[in-house]
This record gives sequence, C-alpha cells and structure tokens, in this order.
Amino acid sequence: MLLVPAMIMFCCGVYGFITRRNMIAILISLELMLNAVDINFAVFNRYLWPEATEGMFFTLFAIAIAAAETALAIAIIINLYRSAKNIDVRDLNKLKY
Amino acid sequence: MFSNILIWFVVIPLLMLAGLGLCRDVKQVRAVAVAGSTALIALSVKLLVDYLALRAAGDTAPMLFLGSWTWFAPLNINLAVGVDGISVAMILLSSIILFTGSFASWQVPQPKAFFLWLILLSTGVFGFFISIDLFTMFMFYEVALIPMYLLIGVWGTGRKEYSAMKLTLMLMGGSAFLMLGLIGIYYHSAPAGQPLTWNILEIVNNTIDPGWQRFLFPMTFVGFGVLGAMFPFHTWSPDGHACAPTAVSMLHAGVLMKLGGYGCFRVAIYLMPQAANELAWIFLILTGISVVYGAFSACVQTDLKYINAYSSVSHCGLVLFAILMLNTTAMTGAIMQMLSHGLMTALFFALIGMIYGRTHTRDITKMGGLMRIMPYLCVCYVIAGMASLGLPGLSGFVAEMTIFVGSFQHADMFHRVFTIVACCSIVITAVYILRVVGKLLFGPVYDKHHLELTDATWWERFSTVGLIVSVAAIGCFPNFFSNLIKFTFSPEIFKVLGM
Amino acid sequence: MDATLPILILAIPLGMFLVLGLAGCKMSHKMAGVLGCLGMGTTLVLAYTTAFTYFFSGSPEFVNAAGERLQAVIFNHTWLAFTDKLVIRLGFLLDPISAMMLVVITTISFMVHLYSMGYMRDHHGVYERGFQRFYAFLSLFSFSMLGLVVATNIFQMYIFWELVGASSYLLIGFYYVKPSAVSASKKAFIVTRFADLGFLIGILILSYYTGTFNFTELTSAPVEGMADVFNVSETTALSVKSIFESSATPVFLGGSVLTWALVLIFMGGMGKSAMLPLHIWLPDAMEGPTPVSALIHAATMVVAGVYLVARLFPLYLMEVTALEFVTWVGAFTALYAAIVACTQIDIKRVLAFSTISQIAFMMVSLGVARPEFHHGLGYMASMFHLFTHAMFKALLFLGAGALIHAIGSNDYTAMHGLRKYMPVTHWTFLIGCLAIAGIIPFSGFFSKDEILSSCLGNSTFIYIWMSLVAGLTAFYMFRLYYLIFWWKEHKIPEGHHAPHDQPWTMSLPLVILAAISLVAGFIPFGKFVTWNGHPYDFMAHFDWSVAAVSLCVAIVAIVLATAMYRKENPLPDKFRAALPRLWEWAHHRFYWDELYLFITHKIIFDRICRPIAWFDRHIIDGTMDAFATVTHAASRAIRPLQSGQVQLYVWWYLLGALALGGITMLCLL
Repeated sequence: MLLVPAMIMFCCGVYGFITRRNMIAILISLELMLNAVDINFAVFNRYLWPEATEGMFFTLFAIAIAAAETALAIAIIINLYRSAKNIDVRDLNKLKY
Repeated sequence: MFSNILIWFVVIPLLMLAGLGLCRDVKQVRAVAVAGSTALIALSVKLLVDYLALRAAGDTAPMLFLGSWTWFAPLNINLAVGVDGISVAMILLSSIILFTGSFASWQVPQPKAFFLWLILLSTGVFGFFISIDLFTMFMFYEVALIPMYLLIGVWGTGRKEYSAMKLTLMLMGGSAFLMLGLIGIYYHSAPAGQPLTWNILEIVNNTIDPGWQRFLFPMTFVGFGVLGAMFPFHTWSPDGHACAPTAVSMLHAGVLMKLGGYGCFRVAIYLMPQAANELAWIFLILTGISVVYGAFSACVQTDLKYINAYSSVSHCGLVLFAILMLNTTAMTGAIMQMLSHGLMTALFFALIGMIYGRTHTRDITKMGGLMRIMPYLCVCYVIAGMASLGLPGLSGFVAEMTIFVGSFQHADMFHRVFTIVACCSIVITAVYILRVVGKLLFGPVYDKHHLELTDATWWERFSTVGLIVSVAAIGCFPNFFSNLIKFTFSPEIFKVLGM
Repeated sequence: MDATLPILILAIPLGMFLVLGLAGCKMSHKMAGVLGCLGMGTTLVLAYTTAFTYFFSGSPEFVNAAGERLQAVIFNHTWLAFTDKLVIRLGFLLDPISAMMLVVITTISFMVHLYSMGYMRDHHGVYERGFQRFYAFLSLFSFSMLGLVVATNIFQMYIFWELVGASSYLLIGFYYVKPSAVSASKKAFIVTRFADLGFLIGILILSYYTGTFNFTELTSAPVEGMADVFNVSETTALSVKSIFESSATPVFLGGSVLTWALVLIFMGGMGKSAMLPLHIWLPDAMEGPTPVSALIHAATMVVAGVYLVARLFPLYLMEVTALEFVTWVGAFTALYAAIVACTQIDIKRVLAFSTISQIAFMMVSLGVARPEFHHGLGYMASMFHLFTHAMFKALLFLGAGALIHAIGSNDYTAMHGLRKYMPVTHWTFLIGCLAIAGIIPFSGFFSKDEILSSCLGNSTFIYIWMSLVAGLTAFYMFRLYYLIFWWKEHKIPEGHHAPHDQPWTMSLPLVILAAISLVAGFIPFGKFVTWNGHPYDFMAHFDWSVAAVSLCVAIVAIVLATAMYRKENPLPDKFRAALPRLWEWAHHRFYWDELYLFITHKIIFDRICRPIAWFDRHIIDGTMDAFATVTHAASRAIRPLQSGQVQLYVWWYLLGALALGGITMLCLL
C-alpha cells in the first residue's frame, strides 16, 4: 500500500521530465523520480527482508548522491544560462549529430 | 637483438623519426632525410652482399638472417625476421626510392611534418619486407598505409581530401579481408594439440586444411590484391596518384603497390598451395583483364598522372598475372616486373612532379614542345617512357619477357591463350607512351609562358639519375637479379611449383 | 677466331653512342662529327677484316673439307636464363649472311656518317641544331643493326630488333619540332611494334615446342645431314627435329602450330620490311633527315625482315605453306608499291615505295626458293639483291639528299632540268637508276635476273608477275630521273643562288657507292652465300633467256619513260586523264593510311578506349563510390534521431524500456 504514493510520485516525475521545458523544472521532476525510487527501496527492504538494513542504507546513499548530483546539475544549468541566456531544453539542441 | 642486420631497417627509420623531431629548420630536416636514406641504401647493399656471400657459401635455407623475439606470448606474437633474395631485392628497391624521393621533395612545404609521415610510411614498408611473422607483417602493413591519408590529404593537389579518403577506405577494406584471412591462417597454423603460430616458415610446414585454404586463399589474395591494384579494386589508384605529392606518388607506386604483390605470393600462394592451384584461374582472368584494360584506359586520359596510374594498373596487373602462373620463370618475372615497375614509375612520377611544378598543369592538351625548354627533364621522360614500353637494355623489357616466356611454358592451353592476350599490352603501351611523348615533349611550344621555365635543378638531376641508373642496371644485367630471385621459386621451397 | 674483333665491332658504336649521347652537348659540332666518323671507320675496318677472314681464310672453323661454309659462334655470353634450356645469350654468329651484312651495314653506315658531315649543315656551313645527337643516334642504330645480324639466337635478334626500331623512331623524329615528323616517328614505332607482337608470339610458340632459342639448333634440325654445317651435334639436331614432327599435330585454323609460329614471326618481318599491309609507316618515315632514310629506311633496317626469313630459311622449308605466304605477300607488295611509286610527287616517297617494292622482290625470291631448284637459287638471289639494292638504293637516297639540300624541297616540281647544275649528282643518280632498272652490266641486273630465274623455277605466273613489276620499276625510276634532271629548264627562284654540287664529304660517298653499284654484279655471290653453305656457281646455271627477257622489259620501260618525261609534253597528263580512277587511287596510295586512321581512331580509340575509360570511371569507380554513398545515405537517414532534444530521447528511452519490458513479460508468461 505504501508503494502507491511512490508510484504516483514516479509517474509525476516522468510526466514532468518529459513535458517541462524549464531545466529547473526538469531537475525537480528528476528529484521526484529519485525520491520515489528511494521510497521503494525502503519499503521493499521493510517488507521483504525485515532483518536486513542494506535497502535503508542504499536509500541514504542515494539521497547523498542525489544532493551532489543536483548541485552539479544546478551548476551546469547556471553555466548554460550564462552562455545561452536561456534554460529552455527545446532551444538547447546543439548537442546533436 | 641489434646484432641482426635486419632489425636495423626498422631502427634507422625510427632514429630518423626521432632526429626529425629535434629538427629546427629545413636544412636539418633535409640533412636527416638524406643521411638516413643514404644509411638505408648502404645497409641494403651490405645486406645484398652478405646475402650473396652466404648463398655462395652453400646456405640453402629458404630464409637467411633469421631472428625472433617474443612480443606477446599468450597469442604467440613474435617479431620474427628473415629474408630471401626477393625480400633483399625489394628492400634495395625501397631504399633507392626513398633516397630519390627525398631529393624529389627537396622543397616541399612544411618539410618536418612531411618527412615525419614519409619516414613513418617507410618504416612500415621496411618492416613489412623483413617480417616473417604474419601478425608483425600485418602491423607494418597498416603502418605503411595510414600515413598515406595525411600525406595525400595535406600535401596533395586537386581533389585531395576525396582521393585520400577513397584510397584509405579502399585499402582498409582490403585490410579487413586480409585480417580475416590472417586470423584464419593463425587458427589453422598447426595440427590439433600443438601451439598455434604466426610464423610463415612454421606454417608452411604444417599444411593448412585444404577446405579452409579454399576459403582463406581468396581472402588474403583479394586483401593484398587491392593494394596491388587488381581489377576491379584498382580505382583508388588513379585518383590517389593524381592527387598525391611527388615523393608520395613515387613511394606509393614504387614501393607500396609492391607490398600487394609481395603479400600475394608470400602469404596467399606460399602458405596455401592447394587452394592456389585450384583457384588461380579466377584471379588470372581478373588480372589478365586488368593488364589490357589498364592499358586501353591509359590511351585516352589527358592528365599525365592518370595516364601513369592506369599504366600502373596494367603493369601491376602483369605482376599478379605472372605470380598466378605458378611456374618458376613467370614468378621470377613477376618479381623483376615489381622491381622494374617500381623504379620506372617512381621515375615517371618524379618527372611528372617536376614538370607540374614548373608548368602548373598536368593536362597534356595544354602543353607541348617542352623538349626545347627543359631538355634534361624531357630526355629523362623519354627514357622512362622507353623503359615502360619495354625497350631492351632497360628494365621493362627483361621483366616482361621473363613473364611472357615463363607464362607461355605453361602446359595448359588456357594459360597460354591468356599469355597472348597479355602480350598485346606491349603494343597498347607503346601507343599511350608515344602519344604522351609526342604531345608533351615534341612539336611546337604550345604555351608561350612556358618558354621562361628552367631546366632541372641539381637535386632533381640527382634523383632522376639515380633512378635511371637503376633501371638501366636491371636492364643490362638481368641475370644477376633473376638468379637472386629464382632461388626462392624452387619446388623445394614453393610447394605449389611441384604440384 | 679470336673474340676481340667481334666484340669491338659491337662495342665501338655502342661506346660512341654513350660518349656522344652523354658528352655530346659539351663538345663542338665538328668534333662530334669527326669522332662519329672515326668510330664508324674503325668499325668498318674491323668488320671488313672479320668478313674477309670468314670468307677467305679457309680456316677449319669456317670451311669444312667439302668446301661448305659453316656457321661459327665466335662468342656466346649468357644474358638472361629463363629456364635451363631457354636462355637469352648475347653472342656473335658468323656465317655467310651475317658476314655479308656486316659489310653492307658498315659500308653504308660509314658513307652516311661521312655524308652527314656535309648534309647536316646549311649553305653557310652552320651545323644543324642537335648535330651531336644525330651522330649519337646513328651510332646507336649501327650498334643495334650489327647486333641484329650477328644474333646467335632468336631472342637476341628480337632484342636488337626492338633497338633498331627505337633508334629508327628517334631518327625519324629528329626534327622533333615538326609535327609531321613527330607523328611519322610515332606511326613507324607503333606499326612495327604491332608487327613485333606477332614476332614475339611466334618466338613464344616456337620456343615452347622446341625448347630452344638458338639458331644453330633450330635451323639445323629440318635439314638432313646438315648438323655439321650448323655446328651442332647430330643428336641435338635429331632431337629438335623429332619435336618438330610431333608438334605438327595441333592444328589451328588449318595450319599446324609450326606454320602459325613461322607466319607470326614473318609478321615481325612484314612490319620492319614494310610489307603490305604493314607498309604504311615507311613512306612517312621519309620525314627523317635524308641520310637516315638512306641508312635505315633503304639499305639496312628495312631488310631486317628479309634477313629474318633468310636466317630461319631451313625452318620455313619445313612448312611450305608459310613460305607460300611469304611469296604472295611479297608479290602483292611489289606490284602495289611499284604502281604507287609511278604517281608520287615527293622524290623521297618515290624512292620509299621503290624500296618497298625491291624488298618485296627479295621476299618473293626467298618464298620461291626450294632446294630442289638450282640448289636454292632464290635464297642466294635474295641475299644478292639485298646486297646490291643496299648499295644502289643508298646511292639514290644520298643523291636525293643532295638534291633536296640544294633545292630545299622534296618535290620534283621544284627541280626539273638540274643535270647542268649538279653533274656529279646527275651521273651518280643515273648509275643508281640504271642499276635498279636492271640494265647490264649494272649490279641490279644480275641480282634481279637471278630472282626472276628462281621465280620461273617455281611458277610461271609468279615469274610473269614479277617481270611486270621489274618493268614498272624501270619505268618509275626513269620517270623520276627525267623529271628531276630533264623535263624543262631549271627555274632559279628570285634571290637564290643557282643550285650547285655539294662539298666533297657528300660527293665522295656518292661516287664510291656508284662505283660499287657498277661492279657489284660481277661478284660471284653464289661462291659466298648459299642457304646450306655449299658453294654454287651460278654462271654455270645462268639462264640467258630470262636475262634477255628482263633486259627487253627494262629497255622498253625506259624507252616509254623517255618518251613521256624527257621533254615537257602533254603525254603524262593524257595518260592520267585516261585512267583517272586508277591514278587517283595510286596517288593516294590506295587509301591505306585513311583505312588505318579509321581503324585506330574511329574504332580503337572511340569504340574501345573511350568506352573502357568511361566504364572505369562510371561503372567500376561508380560502384566503389556507391558503397560510400550508401553508407553516407544510411547515416543521413538515421541522423534525425539524434535531434538534441533531450525529452525526445527520453520518449524513445521510455518506449524502448516498455517494449523490452513487454517482450520480457511475454517471454516469461
């Protein structure tokens, strides 16, 4: 039952990732998905292997990585904004061919 | 390791590369190039003398100066070296052409980079001729091919990027076949239960399974045949030659194309005699076509380099044609033709480069009467032409006659009829050579501006005289070269000849 | 015999070529000329000594007890060994015909060397540009021709055969600025090259079946009991013979392999000797300097074909079909060339066609020669005619050179009536004409008479045919003579000197050659040159009826020519008007050149070479390029997937993930 909010969060994240144009919004959607996965880890750990704690630790680990990743992503976005004056992903399509 | 004379043929070019890296101006670059190539010539003459001395002393091993150093033990890859008379002749040819090529590119732009690539290319060439380990051989082969891309792409003329790309891609395509073939040979190089080997001398004793031979022979023959300008894989040659700078054309037509022919008999026919015997006729038809076809195509070209490139297709076709005849005389003729064609095409390309450097056109319809303006170069051109159309006393004649007489000794009617077809090329060759000589050198001066041009400079004379003397040496003393080569083509060494 | 002299005979001209060719531009003109003459003079003395030793020394090396002249191989150096048996050797074979040719070549060559000292300079004595080069090429030619005649094996002959071709190419194109000279030299080389292809294939076939290149073995084989004369062991001869007999079985297009080999070898001879239909290069070759025409295109190189057939004569006897082919080619060529010679305006071309016709005489003579008839009289007659023809034709050419030098034109229309101005040339030219026409006691009478006798021995038809041609010969030569020296008074163009005789360097060769032409007929040729070395006294077999008939024919022809051309009159024009079609065709040499141009340009160039070049560029290269194009197109086609739109990538990713998931589920279920 606890998986349902996680599921909803993940779907929102996917929806947001695909539809938002602003890179900050995309980043937020990404965080949503990550957090949904974290919840899943914790839940599965609690129900399937109650005596183990790897899932919990993995969640903590993922949160730490996500923080670092967010910092990196924000830095990239800021740099992009500086050079392109724009953080709309549809316009940032130089990375092709 | 360094006591083996052969290893120095790779070490000297590598030292030259290091030396070039330290050079600061053009003079130093030239000094390194001339010193290095002179050392190579001296070394190849010493090799020839030593080789003959050993043979005279009664050494009948297939290869001399053997040496082998482990490179990568798990895959049995060694740096194995060894030479026979053919390799010695090819090494001599390469060093002569490198030497004269250095003089022919005396005033090339960006000399340091140019010579770096040129020397790297010749490292590959020398390495190829001394190796008897298939893997090392293939590696050196690739080392020789890749610099062509840059040398043509950067220093070339005309549609150079296109030609460089085409040449590299087609030769790489050939290499792909070749690599498959070589790996196939490796995995069938020894009877079950014994360690596999890349060494040619060992493989030839452990007969490859005939079923596999039938598959691997075409692979390797086509792989090397692409470089030997075999019909229909020859089209890189006209474009490549036309766009390449002088020294590169010389080295390419003079030496690199010989790698193809050399590989064809050293790997394809030597290691897979049964398949060679069965399948030779297919390639014989292809090469027979290229002999006549190249000559006919050359008749209507107007660009000097295209004419020569097509004539190379015809002459190199004759090399492969003769190799496929699978008898001693014809195969000896094939090697003589390699030497002869190497020298005279190098001479041709050197002269074309020199004429182009003055007139800035290679179109024979836009030139004429150059004999009055630059007599030295034109006389050399006539001599090169005469060598090409097979005038006795120059190298082309002895090579072609050995091929024709040898091929005609074949007991099979099919082979003899094809020999007669190939003979026809001597008339067509005369047509296109004399057409060029008549249009380009003789007659009234076509362009008034050409009257101000100058004749050859000292380094150009040096380069051409070296080549002409070599061409005449083969033409006047053919028996020496013939005997040098013939030793290898005995039924004891070449199993296919005894079949 | 010691090998020193023979080696020197070949080495001196070769050395002279190298010296003059490499250092010629550093020395003065005169120096080069004198050096060339000295070199050739020395060779002349050596060659005479050698020939004299051969014919008169009586050493057992050269003559056996029965008085038969033997073939002697003086030296034979291995040059290139193809197999154990097929070896190219460079050697020196001395036998009657090679000794005779040594004399002919060195004589004419020396005369030409001397003559050119005067000819190759203008009226102010200034030497022509490239004078040293001219002498270098003359030396090269002399070397090659001498090497050809002394060849010990058929491949040595082929080697020098090619070398004479190349030196002829260089000398025809001597005035390389003149487009006509350039195209003439090219034509000469390519036509003879085509013929040499036949020669080469012939050699290949012959050597394949017999396993030898050596003349001594090849020619001794077919003849019983001749091994001694040809200097090989009886067993060798017999083994070669057995090979011949067994090789007669494969038949191709109605001829045995041996016949085909001989016909193909003869094709080489047809090219060099300008037989129909490979004759087209010789008239154009007259673009070269006149001394060159005298040496190469009249006296020596063009008879190489005759020499070749003579050299292989015993082999031809084996295959009479091939010999008949030789006869008929010769007969047609003789008539053709004689007809054409009657209508040419350029005096050198008249002489060129006359050369073709006379060489054809020699060919016919070889073709009709049979051992049964007067011990192979035709062979001897052919060689005799070769000898006398070389002398009188060189004389005529050198005379023509003197005229051209004095007038500055090749056409007789610019000459007429020169007899008063150039007496030496006039008299020597007249001697030449009488000799070629076959008037007793000039040399041509004797040799031509023997040819006609041997024709009669073979078939009456050939005899009548050749007598007709002999009459035509006398007619066109005297037509030429009268048109040059008589017809009407010479008109000196405004501002020109009156034409005059030449310096001694040019006159001396004319006088010497005239003297030889006068007396050469009395040489008892049969004592020296016969096909089997057996001396033959032809005076004992002399056929007076044939001689009388041929003399009558010649005199009638000369009288006719005198009537038509001695004084300006409308008779020639009437004749021309009476046979307009024939005259037109003959004047245009029966349009052979046009036919060849059509074949080479319209068919070979436009229908073979161009399509092949097109095929190469568009089909073969196109296929190769197509590989690249297809790869390129494929990459273009899938390129839009990499649009740079991150969210599109996610869509694709999602779809892919779902699809994979779906497939996995399906598989699991």
